[in-house]
Amino acid sequence: MAKSDLAPGPMTSTVSLGRRRFVQGVGLLGAMGIPLVGSAAAGDIGQDIAVAAGPRHLVQYPGKRPLIRLSTRPPQLETPFAVFNEGPITANDAFFVRYHLANIPLSIDTQTYRVAVKGAVKTPLSLSLADLKGLGDPHEVVAVNQCSGNSRGFSSPRVFGGQSANGAMGNARWLGVPLRKVLEKAGVAGAAKHVTFNGLDTPVLPGTPDFRKSLEIEHALSAEPLLAWSMNGEDIPFLNGYPLKLIVPGYFGTYWVKHLSEIEVLDHDFEGHDAFFMTTGYRIPDNECNCVPPGTAPKAMRPITILPVRSFITSVRNGDVLKAATPIELKGIAFDGGSGIKRVDVSLDGGRSWRAAQLAASLGNFSFRQWRLPVRFERRGPATLQVRASNQKGEVQPERADWNPSGYRRHAIESTTVTIS
Amino acid sequence: MTKHIDRLSRLAIVSCCLLLAQAAAANKTIELPAETAQLRPSTLPGYSIASQKCGICHSADYILYQPPGMTLAQWTAEVKKMQHAYGAPIDENEIEALSEYLAAVYGDASRKPDARP
Repeated sequence: MAKSDLAPGPMTSTVSLGRRRFVQGVGLLGAMGIPLVGSAAAGDIGQDIAVAAGPRHLVQYPGKRPLIRLSTRPPQLETPFAVFNEGPITANDAFFVRYHLANIPLSIDTQTYRVAVKGAVKTPLSLSLADLKGLGDPHEVVAVNQCSGNSRGFSSPRVFGGQSANGAMGNARWLGVPLRKVLEKAGVAGAAKHVTFNGLDTPVLPGTPDFRKSLEIEHALSAEPLLAWSMNGEDIPFLNGYPLKLIVPGYFGTYWVKHLSEIEVLDHDFEGHDAFFMTTGYRIPDNECNCVPPGTAPKAMRPITILPVRSFITSVRNGDVLKAATPIELKGIAFDGGSGIKRVDVSLDGGRSWRAAQLAASLGNFSFRQWRLPVRFERRGPATLQVRASNQKGEVQPERADWNPSGYRRHAIESTTVTIS
Repeated sequence: MTKHIDRLSRLAIVSCCLLLAQAAAANKTIELPAETAQLRPSTLPGYSIASQKCGICHSADYILYQPPGMTLAQWTAEVKKMQHAYGAPIDENEIEALSEYLAAVYGDASRKPDARP
């Protein structure tokens, strides 16, 4: 075993971890002062999720560090989980990528880039980036973008779709103009019901629905949705929607339309071929738990919307070996759909007893909230660590994961199994 | 004469470069990594159908990275979803062969000892 302890610099794990050992010498946690004896770094590239014909690989895309490839075309890339221990903000080059349609833009000219605002408005608009930036003081929000299918690979029984581990999420500082400023400029008709959003990506075949999303008019005119041109102080990475992305704080990533090019106000329901990703896709059972007994079909469905409260341990991973009788600081993140995190509790004994973690300063209710808890393991052997967050609305993460046909919105208490040595 | 042409072509090159530089100021362009994943070959008739049709809209790794052990019924439902929801040009008479290939090579049929290749 590598005696990394508190030694600085990268650590090479030499613990025998069988097929988990895909990545060599990744010792991020060891380098951060966690007294790890061994690290199951391969969990980082999602190898704990079985696929039909793996293994998956890390791959480098433009503007990105090596990320986990879920599919080449359209590009779907997952963030290695160790990134979430780097801080509450997810770096642009580490942020996950998820496209639906294979015809994605590969070249964008910001001089000619326009956003059309049309439909049930008094004055249809065609806005350049400069026009948008001139609409008033820019607005900033730190918000989590989590894919509806984040953690789908843990769905039991398994379901088709991108088999993400827990890295199809990220938290960033978004800067842009509130959507409502744009809608006010166009003048929304009194009969307006929905606003639809379209980006530059298009389907390969005419028979494939375009990727368009809609928000109810009240939501679209609220203070929250943002048309952002900046992410963490830089241009939005190309693969995350450069040069303009719809930000819907508190809502799942499916609404965060990339390369935003069209905003249409409707005075009727959003229907038809290109409404597919609202009317057929991205739907969850329309009941209290948004779940059904595994393997069964829901009676009624509704669009997925708000993020349920969720939390993770980021400083320790499944399979890690921790030192006994040594002070260790556990760290992690919690988030919800915007009510704010009320408390985070941690269990070191598989959920039998819980201790309140310390919450770090808030970056806003839509952001990851970091937490930390100093612990010390006295007994050697296996241990199951858990983290449970509660939000200001009184919602608490459930003990067990429920199930829905698309493997959406997993939010149960997560367990991290370690060995104390 | 040669000198004159040289000067002209030099001028042309310089103007081209200037134009390109101007375009580059407003243009952001990316190049994606090559697509290398391939479907697993099989003597089953569905293999050639899959090779022709699935790749129109997505790379082979989208299939490779689906969960293991999905049943023939599940793969059939997925193929029909591609046909009906996403407009994949799959003929009715191809559905059975296509689903059989996917279930045999990537699904639960692939784990049976008597599974065809």
